[in-house]
Amino acid sequence: MSSTDGTGPPDRPTDRAPGPKLDLGPVGHLGDRLFAGLARGSGGLVVAIVAFVGVFLLALAIPALADNNSSFLFSRIWEPGGDNPRFGIAALFYTTLISSIIAMVIAVPIAVGVALFTTYYSPKRLAAPVSHAIDLLAAVPSIIYGLWGILFFAPILRPVINGLASALGWIPLFEKPATDNLGVVFTASVVLAIMILPVVTAISREIFAQTPVAHREGALALGATRWEMIRMAVLPYGRSGVVSASMLGLGRALGETVAVLIILSVPNGNDPWNSSIFAGGETFASKIANNAAEFDSPEKTGAYIAAGLVLFVVTFLVNSAARIIVARSGPGGKRPRKNRRTGDKAAQTEGATP
Amino acid sequence: MSVNRLLRVGTVAVASLGVLALSACGSDPEPSGSSSPGGSSSSAAGGDCPKGTLNAEGSSAQKNAIEEVISKYNEKCADVTVNYNPTGSGAGIKQFNANQVDFAGSDSALKPDEATAAEKRCAGNPAVNLPMVIGPVAIAYNVDGLDKLILDGPTAAKIFQGTIKTWNAPEIAKLNPGVTLPSAPIAVFFRSDESGTTENFAKYLAAAGGGAWTGEPAKKWTGTGAGKEKSAGVAEGVKSTKNSITYVEWSYAVDNKLGVAQIDTGAGAVELSAESAGKALAAAKPAGTGSDLALKLDYATKEAGAYPIILVTYEIACTKGLPAEKTALVKSFLSYFASADGQSSLTDLKYAPLPEETRTKVDAAIQAIS
Repeated sequence: MSSTDGTGPPDRPTDRAPGPKLDLGPVGHLGDRLFAGLARGSGGLVVAIVAFVGVFLLALAIPALADNNSSFLFSRIWEPGGDNPRFGIAALFYTTLISSIIAMVIAVPIAVGVALFTTYYSPKRLAAPVSHAIDLLAAVPSIIYGLWGILFFAPILRPVINGLASALGWIPLFEKPATDNLGVVFTASVVLAIMILPVVTAISREIFAQTPVAHREGALALGATRWEMIRMAVLPYGRSGVVSASMLGLGRALGETVAVLIILSVPNGNDPWNSSIFAGGETFASKIANNAAEFDSPEKTGAYIAAGLVLFVVTFLVNSAARIIVARSGPGGKRPRKNRRTGDKAAQTEGATP
Repeated sequence: MSVNRLLRVGTVAVASLGVLALSACGSDPEPSGSSSPGGSSSSAAGGDCPKGTLNAEGSSAQKNAIEEVISKYNEKCADVTVNYNPTGSGAGIKQFNANQVDFAGSDSALKPDEATAAEKRCAGNPAVNLPMVIGPVAIAYNVDGLDKLILDGPTAAKIFQGTIKTWNAPEIAKLNPGVTLPSAPIAVFFRSDESGTTENFAKYLAAAGGGAWTGEPAKKWTGTGAGKEKSAGVAEGVKSTKNSITYVEWSYAVDNKLGVAQIDTGAGAVELSAESAGKALAAAKPAGTGSDLALKLDYATKEAGAYPIILVTYEIACTKGLPAEKTALVKSFLSYFASADGQSSLTDLKYAPLPEETRTKVDAAIQAIS
């Protein structure tokens, strides 16, 4: 009601202002225009920045790609620069993706579990400290994760790796490595999982907490246990939120640089391709960071920029996917607040829809 | 009033600074005079401390050395700020040629095209390669119960090429009679970033390996193993992995308490020490002309007591063409770096000081900068 009053008289704001009881402060075309301009400008700026990054990557990558004597997408050789530049991203792409996927497989269930625990299981006294502890994980710099991962965590993980490798070693993905090298993809993945845990947990927690009371109490009233209530009411409601949280986490895992760089050991160019997660590897970001000091020719720089471009595109696709999923499932975060304000009636219709 | 007061405070401050500077300079002739009666006393060690800021960039291999020398130098010349940014040799040369820094540190002498660019930067005057820091490269290993390991060129080449795969291979056993070697596979670690250490080590393997090393020496590793980032990474890798081996700057091997292999050059096993590394440099031949002091190291040297795997870091500076105040700064700092005093401080950091003969030549080249 009030909103229609506020937006109604754009043509005669000065006449209206002193008269009615609803004084919304000074309104006028100037403020409107200014604010609209600022908002549009901000929006445009973000798009421009992304576009500039994209153009920068393209401009530097294209000359190097044109000189490339190897399949950029399907080769795993990396010898940029020089007279016979040959480079391909196959190995980088594989390690980046596999490490991020494993990180997701580990982190998302734990994050959902923690979020459910803090919202529905734990006593109030415990929920806050647990949430804070998880949030604190997000504040740890990634170089610390890297050092912690390789110096402290990797030796602890070694028996786990050995156990998995001897049990599942017949699958190429879990093939046992020849040496006791600690810097393997699996270790990096577990550290990545810890790094993305806070993001996924925080967003999931917010979404779960906003499950309409009517959904939950409806489920309980029908005789559901707490687990059934969560399964039937909370999880379906929060699904889109969890998905978008996971996508944010995945974006971070794909682009993580320093921690991965410190942990992963790099395979040499002579050995045959090893798809095992118990071997070393290089991700896009770690490869670029590792070699950034020796970009001595534009062609060489271009090759790394081209790899960066692929990472940019992959991250862009992941984020777009997250947007689409969130958009399609409706604004999950906003509905419950409206419900709470408008009361039972709206909540009842909400409850009727699923 | 306030202006007067400011002036007065200013004068006091300047006066006291002057006193400080005087006392700082006044104390220095004694140590330098006593420790190096030769060439260096004519240079920075005298009274001529310039003022200003000197920016340099380049090789990370000499990072610890140059930082130590800078702090020693500042005890003498407190008014000079020397910044060294250890971003890597390639980046250092690039920045030097782009007129961003006053001198560069590099693991290898200027290549012809780099030298051309450097000449342009020095206003048409050639840049000079000054060998300044000898960094011995250790073959560091981690094998339980193996206190002493002797390797020779061919065996080392085979290990790092991947043709010798286990510790108890007959080639290793032959060089280490009476030692129990494990049957475990050898875990080789290499530098995954492009590195002058890798290039120098590969040059050694190519020269002394008797054909066992097949790769072309380059900053990128062509042998076997698992790559770790930078010296800290490979040292950490060996430390945390049993039955592993790597090549790394001596200081990292010592700091991480790793075993360091002795090298049999054909004249008996040589332990890595400041002297044995210095001997290898003394055996090197000059590669440059005129005042350029680029060296051609003889990795296959058979000289008794010379440890052949060394890395020489050059300081690259303009012979002429810098502004006068920068020239004074560069000369003053590099003179101290090349002085007996400056060099002797490097031994504790597990670098080797320049042999006297080379040091004198370097000092003469620095004095020729104008």
